[in-house]
Amino acid sequence: MTPVHATIENVSRRGFLKGVLATGGLVVAAEFVPARAALAAYATGAAKMTGGVVSDPHVFISIDPSGLVTIVAHRAEMGTGIRTSLPMAIADELEADWSRVKIVQSPGDEKKYGNQNTDGSRSMRHFIQPMRECGAAMRQMLETAAAQRWGVAVGEVQAQNHEVVHKLSGRKLGYGDLAAAASALPTPLADQIKLKDQAAFRYLGKGNVQVVDLFDITTGRAVYGIDTKLSGLKYAVIGRPPVMGGKLASYDGTAAMKVPGVEKIIVIEGTPPPSKFQPIGGVAVIARNTWAAIKGRDALVVHWDDGPHASYDSGAYKAQLEETARKPGKVVRNEGDAEKALAGAAKTVSAEYYIPHLAHATMEPPSATARVANGKCEAWAATQSPGTTRTELADKLGLKPEDVTVNVTLLGGGFGRKSKPDYVLEAALLSREMGGVPVKVTWTREDDLHHDYLHTVSAERIDAGLDAQGRVVAWRHRSVAPTIRATFVPDPKFEQSGELTMGLIDEPFDIPNLRCEVGEAEAHTRIGWFRSVSNIPHAFATQCFVAELAHAAGRDPKEMLIELLGPPRRVDPRPSLQNGAEYTNMGDPLETYPIDTARLRRVVELVADKADWGKKLPPRHGQGIAVHRSFLSYVATVVEVAVDEKGRLSVPRVDTAIDCGFAANPERIYSQIEGAAVMGLSLAKYGEISFKNGRVQQNNLDGFQVIRIEESPPITHVHIVPNGIDVPSSGVGEPGLPPFAPALCNAIFAATGKRIRRLPIGDQLAT
Amino acid sequence: MVKLRVNGQEQSFDGDSSMPLLWYLRDELGLTGTKYGCGVALCGACTVHVDGEAARACITALSDVAGRSVITIEGLDRDGNHPVQKAWRALNVPQCGYCQVGQIMQAAALLATNKNPSEEEIYSAMSGNICRCGCYQRITAAVKAAATGA
Repeated sequence: MTPVHATIENVSRRGFLKGVLATGGLVVAAEFVPARAALAAYATGAAKMTGGVVSDPHVFISIDPSGLVTIVAHRAEMGTGIRTSLPMAIADELEADWSRVKIVQSPGDEKKYGNQNTDGSRSMRHFIQPMRECGAAMRQMLETAAAQRWGVAVGEVQAQNHEVVHKLSGRKLGYGDLAAAASALPTPLADQIKLKDQAAFRYLGKGNVQVVDLFDITTGRAVYGIDTKLSGLKYAVIGRPPVMGGKLASYDGTAAMKVPGVEKIIVIEGTPPPSKFQPIGGVAVIARNTWAAIKGRDALVVHWDDGPHASYDSGAYKAQLEETARKPGKVVRNEGDAEKALAGAAKTVSAEYYIPHLAHATMEPPSATARVANGKCEAWAATQSPGTTRTELADKLGLKPEDVTVNVTLLGGGFGRKSKPDYVLEAALLSREMGGVPVKVTWTREDDLHHDYLHTVSAERIDAGLDAQGRVVAWRHRSVAPTIRATFVPDPKFEQSGELTMGLIDEPFDIPNLRCEVGEAEAHTRIGWFRSVSNIPHAFATQCFVAELAHAAGRDPKEMLIELLGPPRRVDPRPSLQNGAEYTNMGDPLETYPIDTARLRRVVELVADKADWGKKLPPRHGQGIAVHRSFLSYVATVVEVAVDEKGRLSVPRVDTAIDCGFAANPERIYSQIEGAAVMGLSLAKYGEISFKNGRVQQNNLDGFQVIRIEESPPITHVHIVPNGIDVPSSGVGEPGLPPFAPALCNAIFAATGKRIRRLPIGDQLAT
Repeated sequence: MVKLRVNGQEQSFDGDSSMPLLWYLRDELGLTGTKYGCGVALCGACTVHVDGEAARACITALSDVAGRSVITIEGLDRDGNHPVQKAWRALNVPQCGYCQVGQIMQAAALLATNKNPSEEEIYSAMSGNICRCGCYQRITAAVKAAATGA
């Protein structure tokens, strides 16, 4: 029989998919239903990702004679709990006793494991089905092995909690006894796999499984990228060009070499912009410990040739973005005639919003260790994308991918930063220069803030027209922001479809005249994915503006929001897109993951009910509400604020409702949403990376502040919309973030009458 | 030559005595439970106990701890069952986990001198420990739980 994964591994098929994607054509799910989709209850875009999907139980599950079940985690753990939650899906279908399950982390190998790029809130969305299939297939193999052993029909036996039971005789065989026979059996074909009924789940949907690393985290035994220990390890800290595209003019390493412990200085050749995932170059100091490397780097005398971005000033750039947003841009979506409707409106409302660059500031800064020797490379890295890291290392070093091993450690935070493996490439280049000695590269916090792939900077302008009854008849949203694409291709000028998809062209409002435009913006720094990406500025503008419209019309903001969402329906923006804009739906089919205003309305009503929307509040308190669909999930947030006479802001309560389809691990959904409130408050209150003379102005966590415990919301109440397993699971890691800042600023308006349109809030509330 | 005690064991180091304790622990002794986060005492990820008091290892020079006793997360409790560690697990506090060692060491130092801290006292003691994942509400709850043995 053919193993389940055979069609996915088929090379010609992968070639075909690549070809179609390369044309940039709109992806329609029906064209991509994989050959084995007979089993999958619903289609996803997983097969289109690099490496696609593998659901071979032999790849992910092994059982030893003692009955210990080893499950492979192939996605990276950065705090979402995915290293627990996907193996849990396997264990549940396998009827495994979780206390007899061991998790091992796979190295980067997308041919073997399928896609490993842990980004885009995709892991549960793309892999709950294949992982359930894996577990179910192995369960059926164990049942078949037991039935054969007993000489009974397979229908008479049932796997239950780590053993197979013969119902009529009460005989039992443990998984350890059956392992060898079961694994020699053919893997059931896709259409023979029987998934459990939801009622039979042991772990899925329960939140009763603790994360597998919990003990190690609390005892300091958990190993992150920065913790790699190897015999003969050398430590590197690198001085990099402070301006994007800058080059080394000259350096003097005399003083650095005098620092005790410093052993060598190596120049790393940089890649000019667009530098993609490549190192930006610099001067590396190699030492016998990190401290000597830091001191050595500080003692370097380096002269940089700054290049064309040396005049980048974020204050002047803000004015430029805003100016662009005041002029007509490139139309990317058009319904009706917004210009005419605006001209004829009884009342018009306009507002401009600004969100600056943000740094990821993962608590563990980028760090990686590599050993390049004898035609092979082995790396140990906190990386979100081990597959890409492997490919990039192979390309850079001129090796075959099979000669490159990428070991994936735990990540001390990711948020998108660790999708870009530039720091792993640095370690590999240095090890090669050191003749195969293993080298660990550590980015200091200063390095991290100065050379991040920053969240974009954005000016948003919305103009709306109201009729005499206060109904919104026209909506024109202009977005101007440098695109992530600028990190990969020269001067792409406009936000790209992947960014437009995040809360601009998928605007679900029921407005007859609706127009979205984008303006040109040149990138002057590396820009990259930051948790929830362009949803942050798009949702901030849109959801603040709804409250502004409500105020202008003398209406309740929540009622205004519900009215704009309109009647329950599925929105398809595709027919109204223009100028090459494509609605990507995060690469997943709209048929599986629709834009469903009924679900948007439901989270709004749920959160309003739970937060007691409109309740009587003390003076200088206020509530604000916002809703946003991102990563195919629906999230609504109500923030309550208090602003004292001196303008000091506190957040006594947060309520968030999330509809993420089937909630596979509710306990980790709670923690992700709690965390999103804290990160949302951080970016709203303090978040800003600014530039002068092309250089980042913030050096450490005093300049780039994040929320501390005493200013954190004391409680974020999380309300998960209950869904059955038939409702496709969607994103959780990112979608909690976008609605927070607008709900907060709407609450500040309710409390004080002061409208915040420019983030961070900083001292704007000071009196 | 600097002599000190780390987790009950005598250690000596004849290198650069201005080296912060953090890098000595991590790179020389291999005690990687203590984390680097900022290098300038802004984040608390490197918190250890020096003679029983919480200290930021990233700004504590080795010369400052000569003759003193340092406890790291590896030495907090032999079995990893300090009440704070147990409370952290009972309430599923960590997300990525990177800052949690520093949080736990800070909380353990607080509870060593204040058996029943108020919320304000918890905030005050824990304010120097940043969690970028945003586990703060669970950290507060876990410190309270560890204090009461709940």
